[in-house]
Amino acid sequence: MSLIKVTDLSLAYDTGRAVTELNFEVNDGDYLCIVGENGSGKSTLIKGLLGLKKPQGGTIEFSDGLKQTEIGYLPQHSSIQKDFPASVWEVVISGTQNADIGYRPWYTQSQKATAQSWMEVLGIEDMAKKGYGELSGGQQQRVLLARALCATKRLLLLDEPVAGLDPLVTQDMYAILRTLNHEKGLSIVMISHDIQSAVQEASHILHLHNTMLFFGSTAHYVSCSVGRRYLGGEQQ
Amino acid sequence: MIEFINETLRIFSLAFMQRALIVGCLVSLCASLLGVNMVLKRYSMIGDGLSHVGFGALAVATALRLSPLWVSIPVVVVVAFFLLRLSENSKIKGDAAIALISASSLAIGSVILALSTGMNTDVCNYLFGSIVSMTDADVYLSVALSVIVLLLYVLFYNRIFAVTFDETFAKATGVKANLYNMLLAVLTAVTVVLGMRMMGALMISSLIIFPSLSAMRICKRFGSVVIVSAVLSLGSFLVGMIVSSIAATPTGASVVIVNLIAFLVFWAIGKIKGGNAR
Repeated sequence: MSLIKVTDLSLAYDTGRAVTELNFEVNDGDYLCIVGENGSGKSTLIKGLLGLKKPQGGTIEFSDGLKQTEIGYLPQHSSIQKDFPASVWEVVISGTQNADIGYRPWYTQSQKATAQSWMEVLGIEDMAKKGYGELSGGQQQRVLLARALCATKRLLLLDEPVAGLDPLVTQDMYAILRTLNHEKGLSIVMISHDIQSAVQEASHILHLHNTMLFFGSTAHYVSCSVGRRYLGGEQQ
Repeated sequence: MIEFINETLRIFSLAFMQRALIVGCLVSLCASLLGVNMVLKRYSMIGDGLSHVGFGALAVATALRLSPLWVSIPVVVVVAFFLLRLSENSKIKGDAAIALISASSLAIGSVILALSTGMNTDVCNYLFGSIVSMTDADVYLSVALSVIVLLLYVLFYNRIFAVTFDETFAKATGVKANLYNMLLAVLTAVTVVLGMRMMGALMISSLIIFPSLSAMRICKRFGSVVIVSAVLSLGSFLVGMIVSSIAATPTGASVVIVNLIAFLVFWAIGKIKGGNAR
């Protein structure tokens, strides 16, 4: 089943340029990597998918019971204040605020249970009372991932989840995402600079360069001319 | 010791002192809660700018013989909206705009006061605060507004946390972040106006900033920062008030100095613990 269907989408950058003619879809269980150089429109597309930026043209359709506000979003790590006084628990459970329809002044038992269970899945339940600022980069990323998971049942949207992490922690992160995709059945859309890992991990690739250069399965991508050139270029 | 307690009790039995005490405690509480968010969202300067606008509005109200609170609250709320918009669009421009608006309001207020009543102690009272300026009607309005501020803060606590911690994520999950930013700005504007006649236009922003900064020296959780800064703010206000009435020092300035001492103590504790201190 298709979760997101993007048709003839065009979005304006903050600087006025635009990313145009996007056509792709994300199906249940897909693991889609969005690749492309800096300024190719990746972050703009993420904003569009999250509903933070209105399309100039075309449509983004959500189906199969997914709402736009039910996407689990993992922002770029650098966008969060490092010294913000917040405990791991406070950060993770704040992700449940969309899960309930309407406004609740206090967290319900089911919201607490959701937060607790995702913290256990990601192995951060022991850190609940620790300050977010005290954690290592990899741990902080797990905390934000747990928050994103609290916000969704179906789809994770990750903006450069491994940027700034050291190689071992990066491998851990990919392993976690693999588990979530394979065992928990979550669909994943990820922006990545790491093209080698992208073709290893993802089932589909979307290659942007202000417009769509390629969309299709990873197997097809590595054999097509766009993919071969990009992968070859990376290896030099 | 007994003499000291008797003296304190005598001072607090005076009607104008009781009015000041009630309003001061409530405003201290509101300011400390909102301050946590203002500091974390890097909006500290907005509080300062608003107090200067409040001064201008108070001056106009005095000149026109209107009720000070009824005039200044709407004016300051409108300016708060405006400043928030500026800060959202571009940080540097917002900064400059606040400085511009602060100085202009201060200048307009001073000129209007000079033309209408003459440069007298009124100006000094507005700038540095005075506890005798409040009427019963002001007290009722202050109490009502403070209770609303506190209630809204408690009811929307979780949402306010989410929006303060990560606005983009909050927006993406359908939380109306702009609405909550507006709410924070309005609540701050109301608090600034309520507190500024006692604390003084030049010092009210310290009531917003100091307690939360002090609390952040030793607390790592958002919830504890909020609680510690509320307790600290209330304590500092009471100590400052007692000191000022016994030593005959200006109330606003005394409260700020107590807050400063508290900050230094908390900063030292944070350094020694080596925890969250920076």
